[in-house]
Amino acid sequence: MTYTILEKEELAPEIYLLKLYAPEVANKSEPGQFIIIRIDESGERIPLTIADYNRDAGIITVVFMEIGKTTKQLAALKSGDSLSDVVGPLGNPAHIPENSVVLFVGGGVGVTTVYPEAREFKKAGNTIISIIGARSENLLIWEDRVRSVSDELYITTDDGTKGHHGFVTDVLTDILRERSVDLVVAIGPVVMMRAVAGVTKPFGVKTIVSLNPVMVDGTGMCGSCRVLVGGETKFTCVDGPEFDAHQVDFTLLMSRLAAYRDEEAASLEKFMHEHDGDEKC
Amino acid sequence: MLVKRPEMPEQNPEERIHNFSEVALGYTEEQAVIEASRCLQCKKPQCIKGCPVEINIPAFIKNIAEKDFEASASELKRANTLPAICGRVCPQETQCEIECTLGKKGEPIAIGRLERFAADYELEKGVHIPEIPAPTGYRVAVVGSGPASLTVAADLARIGHSVTILEALHEAGGVLIYGIPEFRLPKEIVRAEVDFIKKLGVQIKLNFVVGKLRSVDELLTEYDAVFLGSGAGLPSFLGIEGENLNGVYSANEFLTRVNLMKAYRFPDYDTPVKKGKHVVVVGAGNVAMDAARCALRLGAENVTIVYRRGEDEMTARIEEVQHAKDEGIHFKLLTNPTVIHGDENNWVKSVECIKMRLGEPDESGRPRPEPIPGTEHEIPTDVAVIAIGTTPNPLIPSTTKDLQTSRRNIIPTDAECRTSKEGVFAGGDVVTGSATVISAMGAGKIAARAIDQYLRRLR
Repeated sequence: MTYTILEKEELAPEIYLLKLYAPEVANKSEPGQFIIIRIDESGERIPLTIADYNRDAGIITVVFMEIGKTTKQLAALKSGDSLSDVVGPLGNPAHIPENSVVLFVGGGVGVTTVYPEAREFKKAGNTIISIIGARSENLLIWEDRVRSVSDELYITTDDGTKGHHGFVTDVLTDILRERSVDLVVAIGPVVMMRAVAGVTKPFGVKTIVSLNPVMVDGTGMCGSCRVLVGGETKFTCVDGPEFDAHQVDFTLLMSRLAAYRDEEAASLEKFMHEHDGDEKC
Repeated sequence: MLVKRPEMPEQNPEERIHNFSEVALGYTEEQAVIEASRCLQCKKPQCIKGCPVEINIPAFIKNIAEKDFEASASELKRANTLPAICGRVCPQETQCEIECTLGKKGEPIAIGRLERFAADYELEKGVHIPEIPAPTGYRVAVVGSGPASLTVAADLARIGHSVTILEALHEAGGVLIYGIPEFRLPKEIVRAEVDFIKKLGVQIKLNFVVGKLRSVDELLTEYDAVFLGSGAGLPSFLGIEGENLNGVYSANEFLTRVNLMKAYRFPDYDTPVKKGKHVVVVGAGNVAMDAARCALRLGAENVTIVYRRGEDEMTARIEEVQHAKDEGIHFKLLTNPTVIHGDENNWVKSVECIKMRLGEPDESGRPRPEPIPGTEHEIPTDVAVIAIGTTPNPLIPSTTKDLQTSRRNIIPTDAECRTSKEGVFAGGDVVTGSATVISAMGAGKIAARAIDQYLRRLR
């Protein structure tokens, strides 16, 4: 069985969307879950959050940023190509509250994970406020989609090219000062999630973050994705990926994410060297 | 009558510590025939009693002595679906060979080596596929594709049931693929034996996580019976300070990276693994030996096994301990890690240990190790591997209605592998906790019989 790429889209520079034909996975996917993919025989297994799913069409959507060798290789694939392996849905679905005011904070590619969660939260009758941010306007993705499932939407860019000039945490602080929010869900780069946790803590607002550490199998077998939550070791793949932000040891998470920095650089360099010719064509 | 068996040809230690090729090279035809001829062909063979899958051992050995190697392989396959694997990884010295009459005066017959010889002979010449009876119309789902599952699947397929294996990883074989290293069990051999099972008509669905893609309850609506052979995949940690430092691995992660993902061929394969210079492996089972010997082959300058009990309590096969010693692995026995220290970048720097002495027997019947105050010391370490055992994954128990579990997600069964849930059977490590390949296969055989009986009663 192979998993065909039905559609590929460049959402922003170095940010891509893939629609994968994986009917069994689509059929069971819920917001907050992820898949593990392997491109080919020599590929590594990497986790990607499920950004959307269409059960009738048997399609799952993932969005990723080109960072290392595997994501660069993935970005070079075309519609009609296929992946050797797709496994999922993995991890626990997001817990959907009732009658709550929920504030979603999405940064970078994390915005695409916010979307299906906000959609299902809204369907369940919650009030949705969303803040989405990017470094610059051209890197801002899925604004329309998030708007369509939010009662209010705020946009921030680091360089001020769109919306509030500054960080998502600025807008978050303003909102929390003005009114009562029942739950904050932050999905994005670790530094952003850590900053959000820092902002919400003094307000005493329950805050959930979705973690994306290094994984191998994704089913609880290896422990590569272990994180410290409230002083206890948890496996992100089976105990998460969503955890109480105020309990997560972000420093440990960041140091573990950097564990293979040298190897990742070597792997990327080899890939770029081998594909030097391709880019010149 | 010869009292000694021919030595098994092996790659010499100085060479083999630099490669991942198989260590034991197998008997030649000549050696196999000489060894097989030593068999007394006892009228009441004791060896069979020691074999969990009930191979007719004297019969397959007689075939080898008579140079009818094909017949020998067929005889093996009648009882054992995975002879090329068992011939390599079974602890024969504590099972069939310990029962051998020859062993009373000299060396017992080398049953494992002969099994491997006949199985390899067949793999090379082309595998004979037995005739399968007409389909019974019954459908069985087998969860996991390790030794218990492969055995159940093959035995059920051979009596005409339709069998589908559901495997979570991208390759079939379970621990045979992700756990046991290439130099002890070449993956080509595992693939060949899995291929044989496919040729019996067994379907294998990869990337299929039961508990996520389908629950056991959902499987029971599509299949007439379910076998749980999902093993003991959840790694145990020591619970000491510093275990989340970079460079500290569970044996499962270390071995999965190296074996399944082929990190030893990085960067040609994309998955990396830290190549430590000073590696500490905690534990003294077969998995610990495998991890230590992998670390050595990845280029470590020194690899130390740290174990809180003594030589006699080590659970690894004697042969594996010997191989590890021959290769220069250090053993620090009666030593227990207490803290793992890290550097300023959160990387493991050393493992602090304390010396132990053996006291009164504990609940396992083995002498209880007790720390000796004042013997704390540090071992410089840049990669540490925790190989102190595994327990079953909670995913299946937590998503199955009315499935009874005991301590640590173990799924208890009766003597015929029946769980507390109608139509659901289990065997292997998910029932026993981490044990051996052959005991899992033995359970697979029992389960296959019980499932067959269960299906026939459904009519």
